[in-house]
Formats: sequence, structure tokens, C-alpha cells
Amino acid sequence: MSKVIFSNISKRFPGASGAAAGLAVDRLNLVIEEGTLVTLLGPSGCGKTTTLRMLAGFETPSDGAITIGGRDVTNVPVNARNVGMVFQSYALFPHMTVRENVEYGVRLLNLPRHEMTDRVSSVLATMALETYADRSPSRLSGGQQQRVALARAVVTQPKVLLFDEPLSNLDAQLRERMRDELRAIQLRLGITSLYVTHDQSEAMAISDRVVVMRNGIIEQDDTPLNVYSRPGTGFVAEFMGKANILQGRVETTDESTVSIRIASTVAFTLPRGNRAFKPGEQVRCVVRPEHIRVDADGAMQAKVRRVVFQGAYVEYLTDLEGQECVFLDSDYYRTGVAEVGQMLRLSVDTQPVWILPNNEAADMGKAA
Amino acid sequence: MTLVSQATPSGRTGASPAFLRKIVVDPWLFGIFAVVTLSVLVFAALPIFTVLKQAVITDRGFDLAALVDTLSKPFVWESLFNTLLLGATSAVIATLIGFVLAFSATRTTMPGKTFVHAVALLPIISPPFVMALAVVILFGRSGLITRELLGIRNANVYGFHSLVLIQSLAFTPIAYLNIRGMLQSIDSALEDASASLGASRWVTFSRVTLPLVTPAVLSSALLVFVKSVEDFGNPMLIGGNFNTLAVEAYSQMVGYFDLHAGALLASLMLVPSITAFLVHRYWVSKRSYVTVTGKPTAQTIRISGAAVVLPLSILCYAIVFAILLFYLTVIYVSFTRLPGIDNTLTFDHYATVFTAGFQTLTNSLLLAGIATPVTAIAGMLIAYLLVRKAFPGSFLLRWGTLLSFAAPGTILGIGYVSTFNAPPLLLTGTAFIVVAAMVVKNLQVGIEAGSNQLRQIDKSIEEASMTLGASNTRTFFQITLPLLKPALFTSLSYAFTRSLTTLSAVIFLVSANWTLITVTILSQVETLKIGVAAAYCSILVFVVLAILALMQFLLSSTSPKR
Repeated sequence: MSKVIFSNISKRFPGASGAAAGLAVDRLNLVIEEGTLVTLLGPSGCGKTTTLRMLAGFETPSDGAITIGGRDVTNVPVNARNVGMVFQSYALFPHMTVRENVEYGVRLLNLPRHEMTDRVSSVLATMALETYADRSPSRLSGGQQQRVALARAVVTQPKVLLFDEPLSNLDAQLRERMRDELRAIQLRLGITSLYVTHDQSEAMAISDRVVVMRNGIIEQDDTPLNVYSRPGTGFVAEFMGKANILQGRVETTDESTVSIRIASTVAFTLPRGNRAFKPGEQVRCVVRPEHIRVDADGAMQAKVRRVVFQGAYVEYLTDLEGQECVFLDSDYYRTGVAEVGQMLRLSVDTQPVWILPNNEAADMGKAA
Repeated sequence: MTLVSQATPSGRTGASPAFLRKIVVDPWLFGIFAVVTLSVLVFAALPIFTVLKQAVITDRGFDLAALVDTLSKPFVWESLFNTLLLGATSAVIATLIGFVLAFSATRTTMPGKTFVHAVALLPIISPPFVMALAVVILFGRSGLITRELLGIRNANVYGFHSLVLIQSLAFTPIAYLNIRGMLQSIDSALEDASASLGASRWVTFSRVTLPLVTPAVLSSALLVFVKSVEDFGNPMLIGGNFNTLAVEAYSQMVGYFDLHAGALLASLMLVPSITAFLVHRYWVSKRSYVTVTGKPTAQTIRISGAAVVLPLSILCYAIVFAILLFYLTVIYVSFTRLPGIDNTLTFDHYATVFTAGFQTLTNSLLLAGIATPVTAIAGMLIAYLLVRKAFPGSFLLRWGTLLSFAAPGTILGIGYVSTFNAPPLLLTGTAFIVVAAMVVKNLQVGIEAGSNQLRQIDKSIEEASMTLGASNTRTFFQITLPLLKPALFTSLSYAFTRSLTTLSAVIFLVSANWTLITVTILSQVETLKIGVAAAYCSILVFVVLAILALMQFLLSSTSPKR
């Protein structure tokens, strides 16, 4: 059993000034279920790397406790935690061959010799590294180095696997392939994993759960699907890809739906779930750019302010009665590209529109 | 899972201070840290404080009258003044020469740069008093130049003028290497930019190049000054009536058995040395615009006009000629029966060295051979402890090693004699005390080289080792130390060269059982056995060159081919 639990973890770095600035991680509670991969996602300085390094044992929490499989490891040194880690820079030992790199950790387990060689060869085989086993890591490509780093991290059969932005040194194409490879191996081995990245699409593609962090606190901890389509805060909505956050006013509400007016030409009628709304209340709606399209019969009218041609689509920034609204048009070859100043008729697919919970004011109070 | 979960430290000790945790996490490494720090304090700081204490406290306790009495003696002020004058003059001249060499080698089309470079470095690998010996042979009363060539009968080679000549040449490599490194790291695009804005060569040089290398020029001058203050061999051999603090302290200690006066003079040496060192460390080095990374940027040589290159080349080759002349003279004399009187060739001096004088040579090699690996490994270890681990008490280690580096060898030597002459630290007369002095004096160079290299090694490489289950200690020896190999070899080379050619500290520590080659050379010169002294010097230079070549070979042959 290697479920990971962070209970009320805070980390204060000495020297930082200001009450909030000194706290890199602020009373964080997080559970990583056995065998799942959880991603910490957020902008730089949000506390995600500090959280990972506290689980690794490089940093000690100022407060709170961390357990791995029920064992309190808060004060256990790194080398006694049995965690595997894949570093951003790979951190391969440059003076050892690929095989020696992989063997390094296994040697420290004091296993019988044959078991040691078995383990090393089977991991090298799994990662398709056998042909490179006696090369120096500096003579491998970025993707191969990445595999060596992973092989070295998993060969000791760690309880927890940690990834510190492991793909950020690879070019875009390789990054996607390695991402899928990492996930496949993690699933196959069933190792409980914590993954840190600032790339939201990487986070969504690889994780069982995505934890969005900001200023040392968790903004949202949910499945990739929910974090994207049902963001808990405006910050999450905007961090998980392009989003229009449109101000609106509740017009009417009944047992199952709520009608919200965004502009004179736009109103949404949405299912209200179990949330209560009062007519006249101000709400914010998240509308993803891909859910707005050019439509000659559409009711919504917006004025083009900027046009960016991207090849596969045209990105428009429009003015919707004072609110900024971005959308993508991939049908431009049929309808032509609009010009700045032109009024466009648009329609919105209302089904994916999401009403943000009205707790932002409370959040602000907490941060201040 | 084959791993059984290991013993957890008892319960939650969240209240334990962070620094205690650092110790608990790696007790072994902390143990090593404690031993190293204690050794540095005992063998570096304690002797220096003993000397300072002896300087102000006599047998009758603190005796202001005695202190004033000693301080008012003319030889104290004369030797202090002499030391400062010599230091300042040598610093200015050596820095100028170093600058000319460095500029010519990096910025002009001067022919034969590799040759000039090699010769310019020669003085750094030999004992500085090879120069003094050569000057006596060439310009002395029966000198090859003064008497044989010019027919001057009563040439006076001893004194300030000769000392300046010798120290300037001997310490030129320090300035040359320092300024050359800085010139190489200046991106030549800066000079190109200046030219593209319409500046002439001279304007570019005076407004761009010169200001950028000023920190290196200042730092060279300060380092040469410190070296000159510390120099004992040259003023001893050739100073004549021009006594410096190092020489005066030695004669008070050894000639008059006046421990108090010796200690006071040695303490006075500490003032200019420490001042220059602190100015260098906290003022000059902060003014550098250029980061010396050890990785030369692409250099385009722009200065090829004969009007500039020719005078610079003549100057450089004159310096090279002087250095070569001095070394060749020493080698020539080592094969000459009685230089200036009977110039027939002979192997007699070498026969003497390898028979009667053989023990001093093997002693030197043995003790330097022991001190070298100790110095280098300790240097890397201290660099690691200081850069990567902030144990409580690190500042003691940092300042202890800095003090031992900044303090002149004389004060260290006197300190050792006074500190380790009674139980529980009765070490005088042993080989141990000589080795300890060699290690302590040369530690800092390894620490600097190691620290610089460590800062370039990605910290996550060591973290990776720890996540794989290795302790800090194992990580140091299996991961960090192998990666520090270039710094380790720098430190080994430096430690070996310095240990073999050192004089100022060990002259107080040698005994009948353990005498050293440098001390023997000094006494041979004093008894006018110039030929034997020259033979010793030649062997010393040859041995150092051979060992350095061997280390270079080992370094390149054990490095993985990339």
C-alpha cells in the first residue's frame, strides 16, 4: 500500500518578506490514491515544485505531516524514503554508462547478484535501451536520456514515483510521444505518482487527477475533464486553456434551468443543477473559444478587434458590448476572413457553458 | 516490494530546529565536517592566534613597556617599510609585465604565442629563489655577466634592485594568467561594437577593453603584493642589508632566539597580507563585469598592424629571454666545476646530490607526496561541505581556511613551532608537522577550484543519487568527487608544486631527521656551494615538470571520450 497523504502541509522559506510571500505552501491537504497519477499544475512560484520536493524529502515541511503507505515520512531523510524521481534535467550521472546509471540504485539494495542483473536487464528491455546500455548518457538523444532517467527511477521498485517537469527539455513532437510512454509505463507498473508541470495539456493528457495550485494553495483538485469543463474559479478556467469569462445577469430561474443575459444579443438558458440563483444576481460564465462559431443566422453580434491567422484556424478577438470575447474559426476558407471593425454574427453552443461558483470574493478575502 | 520499510525516527519531531535535522539526516557527513573543521581550527587558526598572543604577551604577562620597547626598535619599522616598498614595487611591475604578455597573447598577431605562453608560466612551477640563484651567478661578485663580460670587480648584486627584478619576474605568471583569463572571457563583440560606432583602436582599448579588465589588473596587483610580502627565499638570499619582515622575523627567531620579537614581526606581516586579501575578496571581485567561466568565448584577433605588434613582440620576447636566461644559467652552472673561476663541465654536483644529499631529496618527495593527495581530497571535501551543505558552524571552516591562505608562511611556521612544542600536541621535529604545514598552506586553492566546479554541477545529479537510496557520504564519494576530477587535478598539481618548493613556513619546522630540499638549497647558497644548489634546483624543476606532465596525462586518459 503506498497511498500518499499530505495533511495540513505548510512550507515557509526563511528570508522571504511579507506574510503571504513567505509561505510557499499554505496548509495543503492532498491525497494520492494508490497506483494513480496526480499532477500538480500551476504557474511558476505556485508551490507545486516545493510540494513535490517535500514528498521527495529535499525540503522539510514547516508544519503538517506526510505519509506514504501509512508511514509518517515527514522527518525521514531522502535516501530512506524509497521514492523514485525523474528530474527536469534528467540528472543522469555523466561519468557512468547507461547500465551503471540504472544499476546504481539497485546496488544499494544489497540484493543477490543474479536478482540485481535480472532487474537491470528487464528494465533496460522494457525501456528499449538494451542496445545503448554501455554508452555514455551524453551520447544519447533527448528521448533516450529521458528513458534512462525513468529506468533508473523505477528499477528500485519505489513506493512513489516523482516527476519534476520531465518533458520540458524535449521538442514539441517528442514531448507528446514521451508523455504517452511515461503514462503507459506508470499504468503498467501501477506506481503511485506525483507529476509536476506548468503545461495544462500535458497535465490533462497524463493524469488521473489534476491539482491546480496558485500562491501555495490548491485552487481545484479534480479529474482532468472536470478541471477543464467545470472549473472552480476564474483562475482555473483561464489556466486550463483559452477561456472567455463573460459577466452576466440572472433573468429568470425555474426548477431545472436558469437564464442568464450576457449582452443584448446573447442570453443562455442553462441547467442549474442544485445551485440556487436569484433574478438580478451577477454571475460569470465560462465559454471556451471553440464553442463559438461564425453563423450568418446567429443572434449574437460582436465587433472584430483583432485577427490572428494561425493556419488551421483564425483567432478572432471581438468586442461584445464592452466584454472581450475570443473565438476560433476553422471554417474561414468557406466564409472568408473578417476584417477589423466588422460586425460578425455568431452562435454559441450553450451546452458546455459553465457558470463559475460565486466564491471568488471569499477567495480574495483568504488571500489578503 | 522487497524493501522492508526502514525504522522511522521516533514519532513526529516537527519541533526540532532545522539545523539539528541536518545533522540527524547525515551523521556521518556531519562527523567528517566536525573533524575537518576541528583540524582546520587547530592547524590553521590556533597557530596564528598563538603568534598574535606571543607578540603582545611575554613571560611576565601582558607587558606594554616591552611591547613599546620592541616596537620602537628601528629594525621593526625599517623592515616593515622595506616589505611594503618591495611589495608595492613588485606588484606594479609584475602586473605591467603580465598585462603586456596577456594582451599580446590574446589580442595581437604576435608570432610564437605558444612558446611565449609556456616560458611565461615557467616561474610558477619552480621555487622562486631559482631566480635569485641565477642573479647571483650572473651578476654577483664573480658573476658571469658582471665579471666575465663586463669586467666589473665589485658589483653589488645584493639589495632592493635585485629583489625587484627577481620578484617581478617570479610573480609575473600570477598576473599573466589572471589578466589573460579575463581578456579571453570578454566577448569580442563588445570591441567590435565599439569599432562599429566609429571608435579608433586606441579609443576602443582605453574606453572598452581596459575598463573591463581593470578588476583583473587590480586583483593581480594585490595577489602579487601578498606573494611578495610572504616571500622569504629571495630576500634571504639576495636582500643583503635590505631586510624584509619575513627575513627579520626569521633572524630574530633563529639567530637571536627572540621569540617575542619574531612573533611581533610575523604578526606585522599579517596586517598588509590580510588587508590586501580582504580588499581583493570583498571589493575588487565585486567590481567585475565579466564572469570568468573558464570557457573562452570565440576570439577574433583584430590587431595585426606592425606599429602595435612589433613593439609588443619585442617586449614579450625580451621577458621570455630573461626568464630563459635565468633558468639556463642555473642548469649550466649545475654542470660547471666552479662557476666564474673554473668553467670545466662536470657531473660532480649531481654526484653530491645523489649521494650525500640524497636524503633531503627523497624527504621532500615523500612529504610532498603525502601532503598532495591529502590537500586535494580535503579541498574537494571542504568545497562540498561549504557549497552544498550548510552545517551549523560552517563559518568557522570558511574563515579558518581563508585565514590560512591569507596568512604568510612565516607566521604559520612560527605558530607551528610555538603551538606544537608541548603535549598534547608535541609535534615539532616530526614529519607530521611538516606535512600539516604543507596541507594547510595549500588547501585554499583546491577549495576555490572545487567550489567553482561544484557550482556548475547540476544539483539534481546529487539529488538523484539520494532518491536512489544513497547517503550524502556515498553520494559525495561516488558521484560528486568523480565529477570534480578537473578541479581535483588542478588542486593536486598546485599542492604538489607548492609543497615541493615551499620554504617560508617549513624552514621553521625542519629537523635533523626531516630536512627538505628547499632548505638545503638555501644553506648550500649560504655556504657558497653554488654548483650543488644549482643541481638541486635543476632537479626540482625537472621533477615538478615531470609530475605535472604525468598528472595531465592521467587526467586526459581517465576522462571518458565524448
